[in-house]
Amino acid sequence: MFDLQWLLIAVPLASGLGLLVWGKESDAFGHLIATVASTFSFVFGLVLFLELTGAAAEDRSRTTNLFTWIDAGRFHVDMSFTFDQLSGLFVLLVTGVGTLIHIYSIGYMAHDERRRRFFAYLNIFIAAMLTLVLAADYLVLFLGWEGVGLASYLLIGFWQHKPTAAAAAKKAFVVNRVGDVGMALAIMLMFAQFGTTSIAAVNGSASDPGSGAIDSAGGSVATALGLLLLLGACGKSAQVPLQSWLLDAMEGPTPVSALIHAATMVTAGVYLVVRSSGIYDASEAARTAVIVVGLVTLLVGAWIGCAKDDIKKALAGSTMSQIGYMMLAAGLGPAGYAFAIFHLITHGFFKANMFLGAGSLMHGMDDEVDMRRYGALRAAMPVTFVTFGLGYLAIIGFPGTAGFFSKDRIIEAAFADSFWVGLGALIGAGVTAFYMTRMMMMTFFGPKRWIGDVEPHESPKVMTIPLMVLGAMSVLAGALIISDFIPTWLEPVVGSEGEHELGIPVWLMTLIITLTAASGVALGVWLYRREIAVDAPADADVSFFSRAGRHEVYGNELNDAVVVRPTQHLTRFLVWFDAKGVDGLVTGVADRLGDTSQFLRKPQTGYVRSYAATFFGGALLVVLALLAVTLA
Amino acid sequence: MTEYLSLSLILFTIGAVGVLVRRNAIVVFMCIELMLNATNLALVSFSRQIGNLDGQVAAFFVMVVAAAEVVVGLAIIVSIYRARRSISVDDANLLKS
Repeated sequence: MFDLQWLLIAVPLASGLGLLVWGKESDAFGHLIATVASTFSFVFGLVLFLELTGAAAEDRSRTTNLFTWIDAGRFHVDMSFTFDQLSGLFVLLVTGVGTLIHIYSIGYMAHDERRRRFFAYLNIFIAAMLTLVLAADYLVLFLGWEGVGLASYLLIGFWQHKPTAAAAAKKAFVVNRVGDVGMALAIMLMFAQFGTTSIAAVNGSASDPGSGAIDSAGGSVATALGLLLLLGACGKSAQVPLQSWLLDAMEGPTPVSALIHAATMVTAGVYLVVRSSGIYDASEAARTAVIVVGLVTLLVGAWIGCAKDDIKKALAGSTMSQIGYMMLAAGLGPAGYAFAIFHLITHGFFKANMFLGAGSLMHGMDDEVDMRRYGALRAAMPVTFVTFGLGYLAIIGFPGTAGFFSKDRIIEAAFADSFWVGLGALIGAGVTAFYMTRMMMMTFFGPKRWIGDVEPHESPKVMTIPLMVLGAMSVLAGALIISDFIPTWLEPVVGSEGEHELGIPVWLMTLIITLTAASGVALGVWLYRREIAVDAPADADVSFFSRAGRHEVYGNELNDAVVVRPTQHLTRFLVWFDAKGVDGLVTGVADRLGDTSQFLRKPQTGYVRSYAATFFGGALLVVLALLAVTLA
Repeated sequence: MTEYLSLSLILFTIGAVGVLVRRNAIVVFMCIELMLNATNLALVSFSRQIGNLDGQVAAFFVMVVAAAEVVVGLAIIVSIYRARRSISVDDANLLKS
């Protein structure tokens, strides 16, 4: 059965490429083929996963080798895939959420004449993402890594007639390349150091510490690899300092934002860190770097989420922030890997749910995204309101919902690691509650602030049913942790680190976290209960914090100042040097030669008599020379 | 002896100056003949002085070459005149671009 796991990737890939090649004739039913392909992957993935749960704990990692990809001297790479506990969860998340979003997109993209192409890209994304998570070799993983980058680029720029969308796609691609440099260097370093890029060979297995190539290589190699992989993860997961592309990526269609830029692709960085647990276990410094990146991003993302009026950009800030939580947990080592993955899964549900909810709002509001022009939508769009509300409860950590369990575990583990890291995560939880409440208040409550003659209406069934499923999952996914299913399930892959010492009882910790979130909610309700100005407020009227948040904490300006402008100066200098230095040398030689020949040309008058005079002069010189020699 | 050589020198100088300053190709040609014959005079004079016939033989060679030169040179001048309606040497300056 596991010999056929390549079908998980091949079916959506064939469907995606087929739809692109097939052309207009498949316009009428292309979206159905794509949805069926995605559903197939989900069902097949579920079958494989269930088979895995039936197997013994030590027999839950199934690797199949399709063929030898590269065989050159010492360099040997197999096209092999591993379906184990970790990749199994990812397969279910990617194909499950992916299928729901395929279904939702049938309705959302119904009026787009390029819908077939959209579904083809979605299928290619699913195939690339599955390649990424199933890969048994870093080079195969890199193939999927670039594949999702391509799909992301194509889908962000799907409405390419909008210059903003085209620019956003380009920006995402370029920023991701920066991260990919780190990834590529890491793979090269692995080959140089170990002679192999197999994930299992490099990391060893969690149940047998010290079995990986990394363990015998020394700490400095592990630190270098850890930091390079972190750079790659930062690019893909929109972590500080490579975060700037994610907010612009909201130019893409909303289902894309939900699938790629919230639920799956942007979490690939977290997957990479957890998958490379052997490397991070071997280097304290690399782990600390991951924690710092996660902590900074979770606060910056929350900050941006508070200040944006565009509902999708506010959600994107929230996504950055939540991925920051996952990074933070992954940086805690074996104590946090399982919680990082758990939060990743719950976040996949509730954030996809909220993005699709935002898409439903836009659908009903004539593509309006500014929350200041929403208000009082709970009556007009009840299903969207309820499902969005479930996602809201999950993300703020309302007791009993999925986010409550997953985020609390991360904050507890952070406090067990260090008080300050824990405090940062706790503040993040409070701010999260605040900005999500702000979003709810501005969108569904208060007076109507609609512009023009929009008539909000509930979206069709094909869009609301995925919302209901995801809304239910947002609440129920918490069940995965109650019996410690996730940590136990993942232990053979990422290891575990007993009970951590908190210093205070767990129930008190939970209470503190819940109260922090509650105060965030209260603040949000109190601040946004009153009238909200519809017009854009002038920058001068708001505090530094709001202004910075609206400018995405000056991420773009920072990139400009630190990277873009120095590079432009360097380019200009190089152009100048090329024109004046290199070209100057060459043309200078030619010019001097020209001048010389111009000078030598002068005696060549073309007059016979001047030549004759030269003869005489020459003959005279010879005679004089002879005389001088003879007489001397 | 000195008189012969002086005459030769004067004839040669007249020929050389004529070649350099005159524009008419026929005159230039005659000046060249003048220079050749000045040379012949010098050769014959030295031959007589030394008592050796080599110089006189050389003078015969010069005459033969001069005769051949006249044939070719006049043909060229006639042909240039036909093409350009002029025998001024300054007009034949096609080599100067």
